[in-house]
Amino acid sequence: MRPKTSSRDPLAHWRSANTIKVLLKTIAEETKNLGKPLRLMEICGTHTMTLHRSGLKPWLQEAGIEMVSGPGCPVCITPDFYHEAIIDLVTSGENILVATFGDMTRVPTRKGSLQTTVPASGSQIKIVYSPEEALELARQNFDKRVIFFGAGFETTIPSIVYTVKKASQQNLEAFFLLAALWLIPPAIEAILSSGEVAIDGFIYPGHVSAVIGERAYAFVAEKYHLPGAIAGFEPADILLGIMSVVRQIKQGKPRVANEYRRVVKAEGNPQALALMAEMLEPFDADWRGLGTIPASGLRLKPEWADFEASKNLNLALKPQKTLSSGCRCGEVLKGLVGPRDCPLFGQACVPDSPRGPCMVSYEGACLIEYKYSAGAKKK
Amino acid sequence: MCLAVPGKVISLEKDGVGQVDYMGTTVVANFSLLPGIKTGDWVIIHAGFAISKLDRKEARKTLKLFQELEKLNPSE
Repeated sequence: MRPKTSSRDPLAHWRSANTIKVLLKTIAEETKNLGKPLRLMEICGTHTMTLHRSGLKPWLQEAGIEMVSGPGCPVCITPDFYHEAIIDLVTSGENILVATFGDMTRVPTRKGSLQTTVPASGSQIKIVYSPEEALELARQNFDKRVIFFGAGFETTIPSIVYTVKKASQQNLEAFFLLAALWLIPPAIEAILSSGEVAIDGFIYPGHVSAVIGERAYAFVAEKYHLPGAIAGFEPADILLGIMSVVRQIKQGKPRVANEYRRVVKAEGNPQALALMAEMLEPFDADWRGLGTIPASGLRLKPEWADFEASKNLNLALKPQKTLSSGCRCGEVLKGLVGPRDCPLFGQACVPDSPRGPCMVSYEGACLIEYKYSAGAKKK
Repeated sequence: MCLAVPGKVISLEKDGVGQVDYMGTTVVANFSLLPGIKTGDWVIIHAGFAISKLDRKEARKTLKLFQELEKLNPSE
């Protein structure tokens, strides 16, 4: 028997079958009146997860809404050359401690993954759950140079650079950041300006928006005349976002709707934005699949150069063409193909032995599709 | 990975650190990015850092919207 939702669960109503049914029915009716099915992109990997885990995807399809996953998985879009540079460093350099988030250690590259790497004498690779833990490792390991390989979008970037500020205040001179910090709005712009993918609207990421606010997406409505809605992560949250996008199309008035007001303020998180502006500067960054995108990455400003791993350690961060392994992760990230369009999916590439990062990360479209929708059938 | 569930702040200590309750599970969080938080507030934590305070008034508005939709569109 299914356990009853606890009355203490603050989100019980956002998961209630009745709420979801009514929302789906409304979306289906209003989409039908538009006379054509819609193709919407959810940017965030956690939205992808909710759509699959809750079983909403086929229901939405029936209602005339096709959901396409976007580039919202930092582990997936970090190119291999970052991993290969840090693998070279930790295998050749002594007394180096690399700290990174769990998924990052499993990304397969030509040089293996951080998980399969054998570090040089006295060197180590450690998984951390929070940037603060990386800092703690630097406090505990005075004999080592500690490199935090921090990957993330705007949600995580403030906490990642906070560690650098703290390290500076506490004179932790052997703490370095290998920054893989990515910005969502320029990636959306890259997808739109390429014109490769037909999209009728966007579901914007909830917690990225909690940091950057609503205005950051205004160009989508103003320049590309496409609707969008910021949404939370419960099933009813996503449906509210989709309903808003459908209504914007019906009214012919695209805008940035905020359907996650309980968490996302119009102005975002001013404290986090101020910290980012104080310490970081944009640069033209390379994304897996999407290539070089103008002003889409953040790096430490020159005054923080003492903490920049690539400037103080032997790290060769050079974009390079990787040999094709048949993995279509890059196209999946742009919404050009779905996970099942990849010949490796569920065959040569499975969660236990991933061939690409989209099958590694818990926010990766391939892993999510495999786990919740297609894996069992393919086997 | 975004944790969508809000937690309730149960204690605030020095250095911007505090404890947050998730329906019985307590986690330590850093509040440096979210000044002005008090115990009893509900917050969203990401990678160990509080990034947003839950606006209960807005949450109630959404609930009301759900109720209105259900009235307009009764589920069988």
